Amino acid sequence: MATFTLPKNSTVGEGRTYAAPAGAKNVRSFKIYRWDPDGGANPRTDTYEIDLDQCGPMVLDALIKIKNEVDSTLTFRRSCREGICGSCSMNIDGLNTLACLKPIDEVKGEVRINPLPHMPVVKDLVPDLSQIYAQLRSVEPWLKADTPPPPDGERLQSKEERAKLDGLWECILCFCCSTACPSYWWNGDRYLGPAVLLQAYRWIADSRDEATGERLDALEDPFKLYRCHTIMNCTRACPKGLNPAQAIGEIKKLMVERQG
Amino acid sequence: MSKITDTREALMVGRRSDGSLVRRPLSPHLQVYDMMQVTSALSITHRITGTVWSVGMVFLVWWLVAAAAGEASFNGVQWFFGSFFGAIGLMALTAVAWFHTLAGLRHLYWDSGRGYDLPTTYLTGRAVLIGTAALTALTWLVMLISWI
Repeated sequence: MATFTLPKNSTVGEGRTYAAPAGAKNVRSFKIYRWDPDGGANPRTDTYEIDLDQCGPMVLDALIKIKNEVDSTLTFRRSCREGICGSCSMNIDGLNTLACLKPIDEVKGEVRINPLPHMPVVKDLVPDLSQIYAQLRSVEPWLKADTPPPPDGERLQSKEERAKLDGLWECILCFCCSTACPSYWWNGDRYLGPAVLLQAYRWIADSRDEATGERLDALEDPFKLYRCHTIMNCTRACPKGLNPAQAIGEIKKLMVERQG
Repeated sequence: MSKITDTREALMVGRRSDGSLVRRPLSPHLQVYDMMQVTSALSITHRITGTVWSVGMVFLVWWLVAAAAGEASFNGVQWFFGSFFGAIGLMALTAVAWFHTLAGLRHLYWDSGRGYDLPTTYLTGRAVLIGTAALTALTWLVMLISWI
């Protein structure tokens, strides 16, 4: 059920302000969502004033600077810092994206940073992704084939068959798209969401996979697939420039076509 | 014990450093997300216009029932629709109907597997808005000319 307000324990209060160092000229405020399971209090927004002349260009650079120099309790996921691991996905300035790919310059005024929306918070900017990983597991995102591969080599594809996977294989599972989707917010317990459906389509579209029928059967469900209402927030959010909405559209088309 | 109706409820329970259980907060969604972007703004407008149009049909029913009931009641309804607020309401309903029709066509275009890329999405979205304004104005122009 859609609940448009936050539960009582989740409303966000004002937190501390960490002032910029004296003499800083190019100061920007970062308003960051904080929640500590040990504190017992509601989430709060802490404000960190950062001297951008002493900071790298990306939002992740600012987060790392805060953690290193200002407040070591700030908790967030990050790894590759170049948009390939998908760890630092979060809501920046009202849109989901990767902190490592988001230039601070693109944000006007205060930089508001929140965890991925409508998710259980483990701590600060770290959401619990167990549900979405379980949903990914449910579409069996691996090659399924009854025919054994040729004894002397790999399963081959034509260039055209391989080209069908472009725009699908690049997904890094950051879940910016799924958590940008209002439909996933309200029905995420049963609707699979754009990221997982894009993964499902990645295997449906694979010429080497022989389980297309079973895969479509598994998705033929009022909630799993058809809670997509083409809102398009997923495609708007994807930091890799992929198009989950189109992948979902292709699945819907296949559903109709196979009914003859 | 309350019944769990949403499987995500199970994930709302976390642990503190000492191992004791704690109820996790839900991260903010509508509160922080930019809902005024073209994608979600037009989507929710499509839903709202669908609802308003359905409810607006009550006025049509009222008009027909009044016509069936006799001249006096029909004149009353005619007076209402001819009044300032009645006319504004009808104009708003016209705009609502045109928006929902055009956005519906946009959805059909998507359902045919086309127009999913962002530039096209923005283009068709803008076309729906401009089309709504133009067709609403045209509808009323034609109606006013035929009345006078």
